[in-house]
Amino acid sequence: MLKSIKLRAAAALIVCLAGLFYLVPSLTSQLPDFWKKNLPANRIHLGLDLQGGMHLVLEVNADKAVEAAVERMTNDMRETLMDKRVRFRNIERTRENIISLELADSAARGAFEKILAEQYPDLEVQTSRIVEGRETVGLKIKDKRAVDIKKLAVEQSLETIRNRVDQFGITEPEIIPQGNDRIIVQLPGIKDAVRAKNLIGKTALLEFKLVDEEHGIEEALKGSVPEGSILAYGSTVDRESGRRASLPYLLKSKALLTGGALETAQVKISDRFGEPHVALKFNSQGAKDFDRITGENVKKRLAIVLDGVVHSAPVIQERISGGDAQITGSFTLDEAKDLAIVLRAGALPAPVAILEERTVGPSLGQDSIDQGLWSIIVGSILVFAFMIVYYRLSGLVANFALITNIILLLGTLVAFKATLTLPGIAGIVLTIGMAVDANVLIFERIREELRLGKTPRAAIEAGYAKAFLTILDSNVTTLIAALFLFGFGTGPVKGFAVTLCIGLVISMFTAIFVTRIIYDFFVWERKVQSISV
Amino acid sequence: MELIKPGINIDFVGKMKPAIGISLALIAIGIASIIWHGGLNYGIDFAGGTLVQIKFQKETPADRIHSALKPIGLENSIIQSFGPNEVVIRVGEVERAGGELSQKIKESLAQALGEGAFEVRRVEVVGPKVSRDLTRKAILAIVFSWIGMLVYIAWRFEFRYAVGGIIALVHDTLITVGAMSLLNKEFDLTIVAALLTIIGYSINDTIVIFDRIRENARKNIKQPLEEIINGSINQTLGRTILTSLTVFLVLVPLFFLGGAVIHDFAFAMLVGCTAGVYSTVFIASPIVLAWERIKPSRIKRKK
Repeated sequence: MLKSIKLRAAAALIVCLAGLFYLVPSLTSQLPDFWKKNLPANRIHLGLDLQGGMHLVLEVNADKAVEAAVERMTNDMRETLMDKRVRFRNIERTRENIISLELADSAARGAFEKILAEQYPDLEVQTSRIVEGRETVGLKIKDKRAVDIKKLAVEQSLETIRNRVDQFGITEPEIIPQGNDRIIVQLPGIKDAVRAKNLIGKTALLEFKLVDEEHGIEEALKGSVPEGSILAYGSTVDRESGRRASLPYLLKSKALLTGGALETAQVKISDRFGEPHVALKFNSQGAKDFDRITGENVKKRLAIVLDGVVHSAPVIQERISGGDAQITGSFTLDEAKDLAIVLRAGALPAPVAILEERTVGPSLGQDSIDQGLWSIIVGSILVFAFMIVYYRLSGLVANFALITNIILLLGTLVAFKATLTLPGIAGIVLTIGMAVDANVLIFERIREELRLGKTPRAAIEAGYAKAFLTILDSNVTTLIAALFLFGFGTGPVKGFAVTLCIGLVISMFTAIFVTRIIYDFFVWERKVQSISV
Repeated sequence: MELIKPGINIDFVGKMKPAIGISLALIAIGIASIIWHGGLNYGIDFAGGTLVQIKFQKETPADRIHSALKPIGLENSIIQSFGPNEVVIRVGEVERAGGELSQKIKESLAQALGEGAFEVRRVEVVGPKVSRDLTRKAILAIVFSWIGMLVYIAWRFEFRYAVGGIIALVHDTLITVGAMSLLNKEFDLTIVAALLTIIGYSINDTIVIFDRIRENARKNIKQPLEEIINGSINQTLGRTILTSLTVFLVLVPLFFLGGAVIHDFAFAMLVGCTAGVYSTVFIASPIVLAWERIKPSRIKRKK
C-alpha cells in the first residue's frame, strides 16, 4: 500500500509540475534564457474581450461571383459570335442570371449550337422559343459549376483577406471560415477599427475599360444605354472649393484588363501637388496586354474603374510599354496606402458584408482582467475559509487540492492554446465553487460512516468509494451542458465553456485522486487514529 | 461544524403539494412579467443592432448625450449608465442612410462634446442574420441540454428519475428567466451560458438524492417509497445545501466585483442555483413518487 502511495504521489507531483511549467511564462515577463530555449514559453492566450481588439463576422456574397462569371461569359460570347459571323442580336445577362440572345435563322442556330458545345461547356440551354422565325435562347450556368464558383469564391476571399491583414501588419490575426459562406476575422489590439474594416471589406476590383465615345452620354443618361456599354460614375474635386461632384461616364462593358494582371502596387507622392497616388506595375502578361491595348487605342480614353467607380479616364497619348500605370485621385496618404495593399493582395472574388462586429478597447480589456482577478481572489478566500471552518484539517486538504486545480486549469489552458475570455474567468471562479463539491460529498460521507462507528481507515475507504459515482454523475451532467454551450456558443461564451469543462475534469483528479493520497498517507503511514473532518 | 444535524427529519414529501403550488405561482409571475414587458428584454446578441460603450472624461448628463445624438436622429436611443462616467448607447439598427451607426454615433459625439472628451471602449454591431442565428442556437443549446440530461439520467438511473430531474431543470430555467424579466434585466448570450450552467449544475443535487434513494431502496425493500424518498432527502439535505453554498460563495464576489457583463450572469446563476436547491428537494423527488403512483415499477438495481 505504501509503495502505491509513493507511486500515486509521484504521478500527482509530475502532473502538477507540468501544469506549473506551462503556467510560469504567463506569470513573469522575465523568463531566463535557458527556459525560453528548452521549456514551454507560451503565455496564456487572452480573448479579444480581455486584450482588446476587433472581431468580425463576414459573409461572402458568393452569388455575385456567379453573376460576375456569367457576365464575363456574356461578353466573351458576344465577341465569339461576332468573330464567327453568327447572326444574333440582343445578347445580355438578365436579372435571373440567364444569358439571353436572339438568333436570326436556323443557320445561325446551327452555328451557335456548335460554338456552345465546343467553347462553353459550363452553360446549358434553359429556354428556347421561336417567335416570327427568330429564336430566343436563354442560357443558364450549370448548377455544379455555380456551386464550384461559390466555393472557390469563399476560399479566395479568405486567402485575400488574410493577405491584406498580413500586409496591414497586425500580429496574430485569426482568419477562419465558418459554415458555408462566412469568415471570422479576429484582429487583436487594432486601433483604427474603421480603417481595418475598409481594408478588409473592400472588394478592390480594378478594371480598365474603354470610354464609349461613339455614343452620346446624354442619350444614355436618359435611359437608352447602348448594347455592350454601361454607365459608371466618378467624382471630380474642385481644387479651390474642395467640393466633390459626381461625373457620369459611358464605358464599354468589357474589361480590357483587371487587377489580376498586377505585379505590384505602391504609394508614390506626385511632384506637382505633393499628393499621393498609387503606382501600378503589371506582371509580364499584363504588361504585354497593356502594351497592345494602349497601342490599339491611341487617342481614346481608358477609364480606370475601382469597384465600379471611375477613378480617372485619361486619354491614351501613345503606346505604353513597360507595364506601368498609376491611379490618381484625391486620396489621403492612409487611403492611398490601403488602396495599394488591397491591390497587391488582389480583389475579392465577391463582395463581403459585415454581419457582426465586436470591438473592445484595450482599457476596457484591462479593467475586465482586474475585475476578474479580484473575483477569483475573493471567491477563493471565501471558499478556503469556509472549508477550513467547516471541515477543519480536511478542509485544508480540500483547499490544497483546490490550489492544484487552479494551477492545472491555467496550465492546461496554456498547453492547449485555449483562449481565456471574460466569461472564461467567470468559469474559473465557478470551477472553484464547484470543485470543492466533490470534497463536500466525500467528507459528508466520511462523517456519516464515522457516525456508524467505523474506523477512520474504513470510513475513508467507504467515503471515497460511495461518493465516487455520485461525483462522476454530477460532473458528467455539468460537462454535458457545458459541451452544448461550447457547440452552440460563440466567442467569449465559448471560453466560458472551455474553462468550465477543463476545470471540472481536473477537479475529478485533484478533489478525488490527490486528496486520497494525503488521507492514505496519514492513515497508513502515520497510523492516525482520528480524522479531523 | 455541522449546519444540518444528522438526525433531521422534515416531512418534505408531505409538503409537496403546497411546494408545487408555490413553484407554479412563481413561474406564472415570471411568464406574466414577460408578457407584460412584451417579451424578454433581449440584449444585442438576440435583438441585433448597435451598441457603443463610452467612457467620458468628466460627468456627462444623459440629456447632453441625447441632444448630441439628435443630428443623426438617435435622440431616443437607449442610454444606460455603466459605471462612473460610463454609458452604453444602444440602437436597434445597424446602419442608417448607408452609413454605419457606430461610426455616426462617434462622430456626432465628437462634434458635440469635443474629440478628447470621451473614449470609445466597446462597439458591438450585430446584424439581423447573426442575431437570428444566435437565437436559434441558444434555444437549441438549452433544449438539447435538457434532452442530454434526460438521456443521461435515464441511462444511469431509471426513466422516472429522469422525468423528475428534467421537470426540476425546466422549473429552474423558467424561474431564472422569469426573474430576469421581472427585474427587466437584459437577456443575452452570457445569460444563456448561465442557464446552461444552471441546467448542468442544479441536476447535481438531484443526482445526490437519487443515488441515496436508490441505495436506501436496496437496503429496505419493504419500506414504502414515500418514506424512502423523504428519508433520503433528509439524509442528503446537508450536502444539498453545502454544495450550493460553496457555489454561492464564489457567485457573490462575481456579482459584486466581476463588472457589468458578469454581474447579470452571476445574478442569473444565483437565482438559478437557489431555484435548483428548492426544486431538488420539493420537485424532483416527489415527481419520482408521483410517477410511481401513475406507473408502478420495480426499482432497478443498476450501478
